[in-house]
Order: sequence, then C-alpha cells, then structure tokens
Amino acid sequence: MKFAKYLLLGVFFGIILTKAQIISWFRIFEMFRFDSFHMYGVIGSAVVLGALFVGLSKRSNWKSIEGTGFNVNVYAKGWKNYLFGGIIFGLGWAMTGACPGPLFMLVGKGHLLVLVALGSALLGTLVYGIVSKKLPR
Amino acid sequence: MDVIFQPWPWYVAGPLIALTMALLLYTGRRFGVSSNFETLCAIGGAGKVSDYFKIDWKKNTWSLVFVAGSIIGGYLGGNYLMPEQGVELASGTVEVLTSYGFEDPGSTFLPSEVFDFEKIGLAGWLLLIVGGFLVGFGARYAGGCTSGHAISGLSNLQLPSLIAVIGFFIGGLTVVWVIYPLIF
Repeated sequence: MKFAKYLLLGVFFGIILTKAQIISWFRIFEMFRFDSFHMYGVIGSAVVLGALFVGLSKRSNWKSIEGTGFNVNVYAKGWKNYLFGGIIFGLGWAMTGACPGPLFMLVGKGHLLVLVALGSALLGTLVYGIVSKKLPR
Repeated sequence: MDVIFQPWPWYVAGPLIALTMALLLYTGRRFGVSSNFETLCAIGGAGKVSDYFKIDWKKNTWSLVFVAGSIIGGYLGGNYLMPEQGVELASGTVEVLTSYGFEDPGSTFLPSEVFDFEKIGLAGWLLLIVGGFLVGFGARYAGGCTSGHAISGLSNLQLPSLIAVIGFFIGGLTVVWVIYPLIF
C-alpha cells in the first residue's frame, strides 16, 4: 500500500502529458521549429511554479511526510557531462519525439512500435554504463 | 466535461506538472524518469557487465511504480479522455512536414511514417532505434532528462541543469534543422 501514492501520481502525470499532447512527436518537432508556444508554455510555467514552490519550501522549512527536508535535485559541479550528455539526449529527443516519460506513456496509449525506441533506450543506458568511466565529465 | 475531452492547453499542463513534482517532493521522493532505465538494466542483470549497475535497485521500486502509473495514465488519457486524436499543428510545421513527404501531418496523434507498422520506412526505423539509443545514453550521461533537469533541476536553480537543457536544445535543433532536411 505504501506504493499506491506513487502509482496514483504516475497515472496523474501520464494523463497530463497525454492530454496536453506533450507525448506527440509532432509537438516536439514543432517546438524545435519554434513554430508554437505550447511546449515552451508547458515547461516555462512548470519551472516558474516549481521554482516558487522549491524556494518557499526552503524558506519555510517544509517537511515531507517522512519528516525530512525536501529531496530537491542537486547536481555536482561541472559541465562536460551535462553538455555532452544533454546534446546526445536532445538528438534522441527530437528523433523519437519523446523523452523517457512519454516513451512509457505512448506504450500505454497503445503505440507499440515505441517499444522499439524503449528497448533501444535501455540498450543505450547499458552501453553508457559500460563506457561511463572513459567519458569526459 | 467538454473541458476534459479537449486537448489541455499549456497553462493547465505546466502547473499540473509542477504539482506532480511538488507532491513527489512532499512524499520524500524526487521527480525524475530516466533513472528508471538504470534500474531496469540493473534488474535485468547488467551488474554482470558493469559495476555501474551494481546498485541496490529495490530502493528505487517507488519510481518503477510511478512509471507503471504513467503507462496506465497514457492508456486512460489516450483511450478514454481523447475522442479527437489529431494534433492541431502550426501551419509552418504542417508545411515543412508535408514537403518532407509526411501525409496529412497532425491528422493522427503520431506520424504514421514513424509509428505505424504498416507505413514505417527506413527513416522511421532509424528515428526509433537510433533516437531511442541516444535518449537512454544521453539521459544517463547528463544525469537526468526533461523531468530531472528541465523541470526539477531548473526549479532548484541548478546551473548543471541549465547546461543540460542548453545541450538538449543544441541536439534537438541539430536534428530538426540540419539532419531532417538531409534525410527527408
């Protein structure tokens, strides 16, 4: 039962991205063409509200239900892995028209060819794991 | 009910995504999807080929459950809440895709030239196979994807996330403005 809330949050997240067509290849193409504000509005408003929430949570010292401070994403200093990894990810994002979350949601929506991209993504992760120590970071 | 069945605008989706992140933080977790690729590799026995995958994946179970939920969300949203499957695209996008030989872009949810088994061609297979590989490789190299870097990392004003997002755009713009005109 302790996992039920994550299942529900996942369902919620999947419905949002599907209903706002964020998981459509077309919308990602349109975004990188700068033809539509839609995706910029989605990401921009999520970041502005997210930053307000995270900022407030720090200032007010909000606690999670586990009694700890919020586990916000903190990344180690550096730039090479972020830039090079980011570029590689961006190439793939535009090609598949889907980042990792949407890959899963599209399979749920019934687009079974996406399983090919998902399998490939796992292979990419595996290869990354094997070569990771040799990459600049 | 009409409002539910229409495509949701950005000012609904963006705040709801922020809410998803906030609720995950409230449960003591964090928002990030691509780490599940690592977990799935570890479960599949990838620890045998690289120490990178020798992780205690059981502590990531909640995240796998979240992803399982998102699959269900895609199923429910896509099949029960979406009577109109077409995507209303900007005219510029329709023009470019038509010139690439895409048939009636936006009339279906995804381009059938890439995602329909009956119509997929060599370019479509390349996009799925190569694109998928790069998504998996790049997300782990960068330490996060759109949810981890673009939403959560930027929300916490992380410079590494800004660098990663700039990278996402360098990659995406290269595909759409340089590679597509060459292959289509």
